[in-house]
Amino acid sequence: MSLISVAGLRVDIAGKTVLRDIEFSINTGEIVTIVGPNGSGKTTLLRVLIGALRPSTGKVKRKSGISFGYVPQKLHLDTTVPMSVERFLSLPHIHTRDEANKLLEQVGVSGINDRLMTDLSGGQFQRILLARALLGNPELLLLDEATRGLDQSGIAAFYRLIEKIRSSLHCAVLMISHQLHVVMEASDRVICINGHICCQGTPRSVSVAPEYLNLFGKDARGALALYNHVHDHDHDHDRLAES
Amino acid sequence: MAYFGDATSHAAILGVALALALSLPITTGALAIALLMAITVTLLSGKSYTPDTLLGVFAHSTLAFGLVAASLLTSVNLDLESYLFGDILAVNRTDLATIWIGALLVIILLVWRWQALLTATLNPDLAYASGINPQREQLVLTITLAIVVAVSIKVVGVLLIASMLIIPAAAARPLARSPEAMAVIAALIGSIATLAGLGGSYLWDTPTGPTIVCAAALLFIASSTVTLLKRRV
Repeated sequence: MSLISVAGLRVDIAGKTVLRDIEFSINTGEIVTIVGPNGSGKTTLLRVLIGALRPSTGKVKRKSGISFGYVPQKLHLDTTVPMSVERFLSLPHIHTRDEANKLLEQVGVSGINDRLMTDLSGGQFQRILLARALLGNPELLLLDEATRGLDQSGIAAFYRLIEKIRSSLHCAVLMISHQLHVVMEASDRVICINGHICCQGTPRSVSVAPEYLNLFGKDARGALALYNHVHDHDHDHDRLAES
Repeated sequence: MAYFGDATSHAAILGVALALALSLPITTGALAIALLMAITVTLLSGKSYTPDTLLGVFAHSTLAFGLVAASLLTSVNLDLESYLFGDILAVNRTDLATIWIGALLVIILLVWRWQALLTATLNPDLAYASGINPQREQLVLTITLAIVVAVSIKVVGVLLIASMLIIPAAAARPLARSPEAMAVIAALIGSIATLAGLGGSYLWDTPTGPTIVCAAALLFIASSTVTLLKRRV
């Protein structure tokens, strides 16, 4: 069944249309990836889904009582109050130390419960955000460039973890990413946006869609080579975007 | 957020003047105007002005309007200085009861909203994702602030309320590793400052409110010096 669906979505920010004609839904157990160039409205879309931004027109339908696990792209933590890792994991829902330890181990940063959030490295911080998002057993995990600050092996491990979480929690995952080739492999469905939805479908169908190739050009060829080795003929990269 | 206390408390002097003009209890007047100011700033900020600009405008203009209004009230014998600087020595049983009721209300509100309030303070988007509306939590915080200002106006005075909101918390910050510990330590530091200020004021015959704030400031200096020295080692 559908966890969240949007229809006829348009978002204006400061009088400028950032997103328009957005229409999709996400079902239980799916891993969906949003790809798109910088400024294409990916983060805005995620913020609309969690309710931080109100759409100018259109509707966001959430399954009633849905629980989100949200990992933002860049988190500015207010430092007025001191915040340890353990305390941070229990916001807003209190969890036992055992629950927290299990998750910390799963995301590969065990034993740092008592460190202050401000003392963490970028990679540790990112993993703590993921652990916190997972602690509530979310039905929908929303990841905005969650692999920022992770090294290559960390990224690979991260996607393996996401796959594992999906099968153990039976949750859906919606992620934004720039690592096209990795993402393509790890997702069931890809939505390519640039202010509007350019194309969507299985990674295989999106990777050969002209709209996708127009947006990503050279990057896409790399992704394609990794994704589908047979598919190595030339594409017409100079063609103008249709919309 | 630090200036929020300033603006709310300065607005309260206008509330005091209006309450005297309408012969209402001053706590009511102060509470009403403090709330009105706080809600206006919350609603307006982020649109055309930054919160800091708005707070600056409101803090000083409400204080000015309050002082002008007070001077027009020739019929009432208004001891303005006692509201500006507080007069803890003139506190009576009714004032004490008001303060206790206010403190109880604030504690109940804070305990009830604590987790949501902390999440919203930490980061608004994390709050939204957890189904918490950060604006609602901001409003709760605003209301507690207005209550604090209204009940403590007589003791600490309009000009010094904000200092007791900020200084003990600032002194507690480096000594604590969790928000809860910081709240408890801040309350302790506030109490010590008050007792020390009262003692000092009795000993040297200095104005009580300012002496309390001086004691709090000394505690802040002590706490930050200790922290600096610790970091060096």
